[in-house]
Amino acid sequence: MDSFWIDPFSFIGSQLAAWLTGLGLAENWVSLILQLVGALALGTAVLILTFLLIWAERKIVARIQDRLGPNRVGPYGIFQTVADLLKLVTKELITPEGADLLPYNLAPLLAVMSVVGLWAVIPMAPTLLGADIHVGVLYIVSVGSIGTLGILLAGLSSNNKYALLGAFRTVALMISYAVPMALALLVPVLLAGSMSMQEIVLAQKGLPFLLLAPVAALIFFVSSIAEVGRAPFDLLEAESEIVAGFHIEYSGLKFGMFFVAEFLHAFTISALTAVLFMGGWRGPWAEQYTALGFLYFLVKTSLVYFVVIWIRGSFPRIRIDQMNALNWKLITPVALAGLVVTAVAEKVALELGAPRLLTHLAGNALLIFAAAAGLGAYARAARRRSELLAKASKAEAPAG
Amino acid sequence: MLEPWIFVALLLGVGMLLPGVAIAANWLLSPKKPNAIKQSTYECGIETVGETYVQLKGAYYIYALIFVVFDIEAVFLFPWAVAYDKLQLYMVLEAVLFIVILAAGLAYAWRKGVLEWV
Amino acid sequence: MTILQIIFLLTAFLTLLAALRVVTSPSMVHAALWLILALAGVAVVFILLNATFLAVVQVAVYIDAIAIMIIIVVMLTRGAVRGQGHTVSKTWWAAALSALVMLTGLLVMLLQAPVRGALPPTLPLDQEAFLERLGQALVDVNQYILPFEVASVLLVAAMVGAIIVAWPLFVRRGEEER
Repeated sequence: MDSFWIDPFSFIGSQLAAWLTGLGLAENWVSLILQLVGALALGTAVLILTFLLIWAERKIVARIQDRLGPNRVGPYGIFQTVADLLKLVTKELITPEGADLLPYNLAPLLAVMSVVGLWAVIPMAPTLLGADIHVGVLYIVSVGSIGTLGILLAGLSSNNKYALLGAFRTVALMISYAVPMALALLVPVLLAGSMSMQEIVLAQKGLPFLLLAPVAALIFFVSSIAEVGRAPFDLLEAESEIVAGFHIEYSGLKFGMFFVAEFLHAFTISALTAVLFMGGWRGPWAEQYTALGFLYFLVKTSLVYFVVIWIRGSFPRIRIDQMNALNWKLITPVALAGLVVTAVAEKVALELGAPRLLTHLAGNALLIFAAAAGLGAYARAARRRSELLAKASKAEAPAG
Repeated sequence: MLEPWIFVALLLGVGMLLPGVAIAANWLLSPKKPNAIKQSTYECGIETVGETYVQLKGAYYIYALIFVVFDIEAVFLFPWAVAYDKLQLYMVLEAVLFIVILAAGLAYAWRKGVLEWV
Repeated sequence: MTILQIIFLLTAFLTLLAALRVVTSPSMVHAALWLILALAGVAVVFILLNATFLAVVQVAVYIDAIAIMIIIVVMLTRGAVRGQGHTVSKTWWAAALSALVMLTGLLVMLLQAPVRGALPPTLPLDQEAFLERLGQALVDVNQYILPFEVASVLLVAAMVGAIIVAWPLFVRRGEEER
């Protein structure tokens, strides 16, 4: 029996199992009840975490904008989100006439379900993992897109032109950015030789994949932010644009659930970036003291989440045609090239005996250089085109 | 063998149950005063004209199609990536050929101008 | 009756029900949504058969890509939400007859096959090794390299064909703006 301090998670698990077996239950039922308790604990913890996340975001964005943020309700305004939740709970649930009731009510549940389901495969400590399935990375791609489906259902069933338009634009954006995300996810799988998330963390012994494939990490990070729909890609829920996008006709906690799903999704992709590219729970003495591993995981995830909030507070919103052009003309080709570069560099380093890190960094540097050159050429062509247009219109004006 | 998937199913169930409970709590605690104007379709205060149905642009279809093609490509590449450690260089180059062919398809779409949003 | 069998029967029943609603829904959008449920049922059956890779591929490709594309294509046509009216054609008796004949043929074939018992055959338990063998087989010169490359050519052909078919949508839009 491990001691509590060395491995709190296995300790609690084995104690609970021993207590349940002591009650006289069969083996299958004990494991089923343990898994049910684990699932409930994980789901509740993750949803309660959202309170903290929303508060942190409001404070940090406020500081970036040179103001204080919520500071009345509780010390430093920590309970502000609780107050907002209580307000939302007492709002009337207005169902628009002509709305399709089953998809309309199912949509917020699907959105939250897809995000909570992602936490099943994230390894938070050497022994704290919900489900160590062999196809963890592909599971992330598939469950992440169930949220897209939820948004589509919301737009289709709201009986509202703008909800429909907003939903389709959101869905087009999300599926466009899912392409580079899936391609960037191939790189850690390549380097680790397995799709299981725990294996990927274990394979980052000594060298996080961030150093081996910085381009892939950056592409995954950026396309995940676009998938979640946060600034600077939040055109589709900006009030000044298409009213409120797909959740116009949702009130009360149904809207609250979409909101919760979005913030939780942002934190989840921070966790995914930390696990896949920064080594997750890896750190000094993490294997012996698993609680330390959990701490490292939280620190890395919070760091990435801070960068996400930082980006939100710093960049202006991007127009939708710019978003699509950025994806298909820059990010997807670079993602494809990055995959090719990493695959070839790894094998070449192996066969020629060259130092692994240097070969990868050289390949990535070449890729970044080529992408920058391509961008420069594109920008020059665009500028030339607009100059030609200006000259043509100026030539017409005096004559006309 | 199926044990991890039981946890996945349970977590997905919990993920649907908890918001369901929250929304049920909302339904219990909220006032219910339905009103024809409250329930009419929202359009910034203007009355709705015509059916609530829009015809989409062709661009949506193209994006969905290119997404399907690249999704299937990624799915083909995942087993290759898992087996990467045991492959030789020429096998890696074969997969690179696979990627290059699809990149050529993307370049064709780009040149044809169907990737513009307008 | 083991738990696995109960789960399988429930999933199969749900899938068949969803498939039935796909073909009998008056509204095309509803039909597409029932299709998503049917595809999810198939994914669950894959998991029960221990084919976990195929299950996630089913969700990732069918539900996330193809079903969304079907919904978008359905919305590109008119009369999608309201429905086109009665969905049963005049020659339904011919379709029912051919379906019955096919069902009888399938049943005869299945009943003649050797029966293996109540549980489905399981794939090799080591999923990791299975995935690795699949990956190696895809690029091995003696195995599936040709279908692998031909698949990419096929996908590009589909993309080019769809762009050519959808081209009038773009040309018309360009002319409207001028």
